[in-house]
Amino acid sequence: MEVGIAGYGAYVPRHRIKVEEIAKVWGTDAPSYKRGLRLQEKSVPSPDQDTITMSVEAARHALARSGTDPGRLGAVYVGSESHPYAVKPSGTVVAEAVGATPEVHCADFEFACKAGTEGMFVGLSLVRSGDVESALAIGADTSQGAPGDALEYSASAGAAAFVMARENLVAVCEHTHAYMTDTPDFWRREYQHYPRHAGRFTGEPAYFNHVLSCARGLMEKSGTTPDDFRWAVFHQPNGKFPLRAAKELGFPREKVDQGLLCPMIGNTYSGSSPMGLTAVLDVAAPGDRILMVSYGSGAGSDGFIWRVEERIREVQDLAPKTRDQIEDHPLYLDYGTYAKFRGKILRAAE
Amino acid sequence: MIGSARNWRETPQRYRYEAARCTGCGHVHFPPRTVCRKCRGREFEKTTLAREGTLETYTVIRVAPSGFTDQAPYAVGIVALPGGVKVTAQIVDGNPEELAIGDRVKLEFRRVRQDGAAGILCYGYKFVPVRGG
Amino acid sequence: MRDVAVIGVGMNRWGELWKKSLRAIWTEAALEAVDDAGVDHVDAMYVGCMSSGLFVGQEHLGALLADQLSMGPIPGTRVESACASGGLAFRQAWMDVASGLHDIVLATGVEKMTDVDGGAATDALATAADQEYESYHGVTFPGLYGMMAHAHMHEHGTTRRQLSAVAVKNHRHGTLNPLAQFPMEVTAEQVEESVLVADPLRILDCSPITDGAAAVVLVPLEQASSLTKHPPVRIAASAHATDSLALHERDDLAWLGSTERAASEAYAQAGITPENLSFCEVHDCFTIAEIMVIEALGIAPRGCGGSGAESGVTALGGKVPVNPSGGLKSKGHPVGATGIAQVREAVLQLRGQAGDRQVRDARWGLTQNMGGTGASTVVHIFERP
Repeated sequence: MEVGIAGYGAYVPRHRIKVEEIAKVWGTDAPSYKRGLRLQEKSVPSPDQDTITMSVEAARHALARSGTDPGRLGAVYVGSESHPYAVKPSGTVVAEAVGATPEVHCADFEFACKAGTEGMFVGLSLVRSGDVESALAIGADTSQGAPGDALEYSASAGAAAFVMARENLVAVCEHTHAYMTDTPDFWRREYQHYPRHAGRFTGEPAYFNHVLSCARGLMEKSGTTPDDFRWAVFHQPNGKFPLRAAKELGFPREKVDQGLLCPMIGNTYSGSSPMGLTAVLDVAAPGDRILMVSYGSGAGSDGFIWRVEERIREVQDLAPKTRDQIEDHPLYLDYGTYAKFRGKILRAAE
Repeated sequence: MIGSARNWRETPQRYRYEAARCTGCGHVHFPPRTVCRKCRGREFEKTTLAREGTLETYTVIRVAPSGFTDQAPYAVGIVALPGGVKVTAQIVDGNPEELAIGDRVKLEFRRVRQDGAAGILCYGYKFVPVRGG
Repeated sequence: MRDVAVIGVGMNRWGELWKKSLRAIWTEAALEAVDDAGVDHVDAMYVGCMSSGLFVGQEHLGALLADQLSMGPIPGTRVESACASGGLAFRQAWMDVASGLHDIVLATGVEKMTDVDGGAATDALATAADQEYESYHGVTFPGLYGMMAHAHMHEHGTTRRQLSAVAVKNHRHGTLNPLAQFPMEVTAEQVEESVLVADPLRILDCSPITDGAAAVVLVPLEQASSLTKHPPVRIAASAHATDSLALHERDDLAWLGSTERAASEAYAQAGITPENLSFCEVHDCFTIAEIMVIEALGIAPRGCGGSGAESGVTALGGKVPVNPSGGLKSKGHPVGATGIAQVREAVLQLRGQAGDRQVRDARWGLTQNMGGTGASTVVHIFERP
């Protein structure tokens, strides 16, 4: 039985801050940051936005494309590392808002930036096993970068949602693969406000080890090579890592560009590769194969091979496209307003 | 302070925009109520609000009530939705001073308020400008 | 129903009365009215107060203040209709006497607003709006009236300068009122340069936060001359109408339907038309409110209220002076007391006791007291017999 994506959608907040604006406050060299990390600007959530609000909007887009009756969703999973509550799921609000309650499974996922893709894997599996008719899986984050830290240039906000089902598919999931080890490259201890990372250790032993191993394992088990794919989407902590991963695996640049959103909106963490996938689906044609590999610090990668179906053409225009949202009248902030929006500066208590 | 019960009771309206259409005269009430204000009927059927409408009027709140101080200045407007319903809500994602009566706006899910740093988060609706084609 | 007259009035100087509690403020005004009436007791009392619970943590005012009055275990009734609490308390007192239930009834209003900070005061006032579908979203009272102003300006071309003219006029009147909170003139430029509160309304478009009380004594008209030395003033009409609480439920956001309805009923009861009015005291909680009220009262054609103050028609000396007392804007707005103070002004004018702000040949006066954005309106008409 084939299972896969029946509907997909993303949500991009409208506010932005440019690399230069952050660099000028901390005295770093903006042009070299932009060149080195291939980043121009990032998305900023306004104070009334969070993982839950973006997940609801992305889910609405996905349901508009899938045409699913939300009451028939059997599971709702939200993966994030910035859930608004430490205890009380994001998923319950999303499920209530889209009309999936009350007969529905729900829990939140956490695995740094791959929380969303783990939810996608589990959703697919529940559909495949017949335990549910359809499942909603979302990756969303409003990640925080510590002021003055390198990650401040890229930590951004966004969401992507997928309705997994066995009918009316726009993309079939042909294969999945996982590659995961206990690798302390990036973490946040309880009660700490900002995460910490291990500098250059986040490269080779972390991102590249897991992304490349997962991709190779996926292609090996499916008997495929880069030539079999029209598109490739990788986790995008900056604009550079995914291009290097693509190169090392043998994927030409033009297969990666459509799904590469980081230069314009930064690293949306649990939204990262899922949003890249939505940008590809927005333009994909029936028969296209997509290789997708996420990465979550801690560390692990989820790999998927998607085969686009005929029905994709019927749904692409049913909700706002991802790149259209990115380009739709972005609102630029100065650093002070950005710091206020992100809660880095607070009004003095009365 | 909003509190759990009060916020939870309103979720069908705040999250899903559920309204009630009087089966007698067709008038749509948001939120639903017990007696139709047009025809005094007491029978209703469930309906939901359309998501896009027109700005009937607005203001920019500069002196905010408690809990909203950090958001000021922000725009609040009355939006006319298809079906004859008018709704009061914040208008966000834009310069409040650039709003004009007649602007097209659409509903978006946002965090409307919260009970301090440790209380519940209250989600609901706000409007954002409809731009472009 | 018997004809009813007002024979006594009382009011203290309004402002930030730091040294006086709610009960002290109220008792001062109540006793002055009783003395002015020349009576030594009252049979019943009504007190209009919007929010003593939120402002000073005190409910049960009917009993508390009857006790403070020390005139026996009389019935004391608290009346609430947001900013129309005072006017509605007066109406209840009128009904009490007109029906024959009691003979000497005290109608009062009080509000003590300055024991809480500005934010808490704003929150308390916001309870006059729809809690779940207006206030919930962060709209304040100035915000609601700001939206009405934008709608009125869009629909009828009302200008910023016309809003300012209301503030200028009412402050000028207020300089003639020894009890006003802000008895100083303002210029249109000062209004237009004052800080924005909720576009287009600026701080000088808004009535203030005030402590104060006012009181009046009602008796059957036929008993009046035997009790009081003043010319009795007859209550010629009393009317009350409501409208949807939420502004967004109104068909025309720039029209005050409850005022139109109450006024129409009142004119019919009194047997007069707007042309007969010598003056009126209206609810100028914001400058735009006065503009919209005079349209709904039939004093200005619909959409043309903006020209009232600008042209001088509604100033002292003009064809129909509006708010000779200085209005809420200059006199102050201790919410529950406002409606009673309007009655006091009408009575003083019709007695010929208004001093420097006396309207010449005053014969018929109207008071209009409004709650929220017009969800309730109480209108009374008074006559010098």
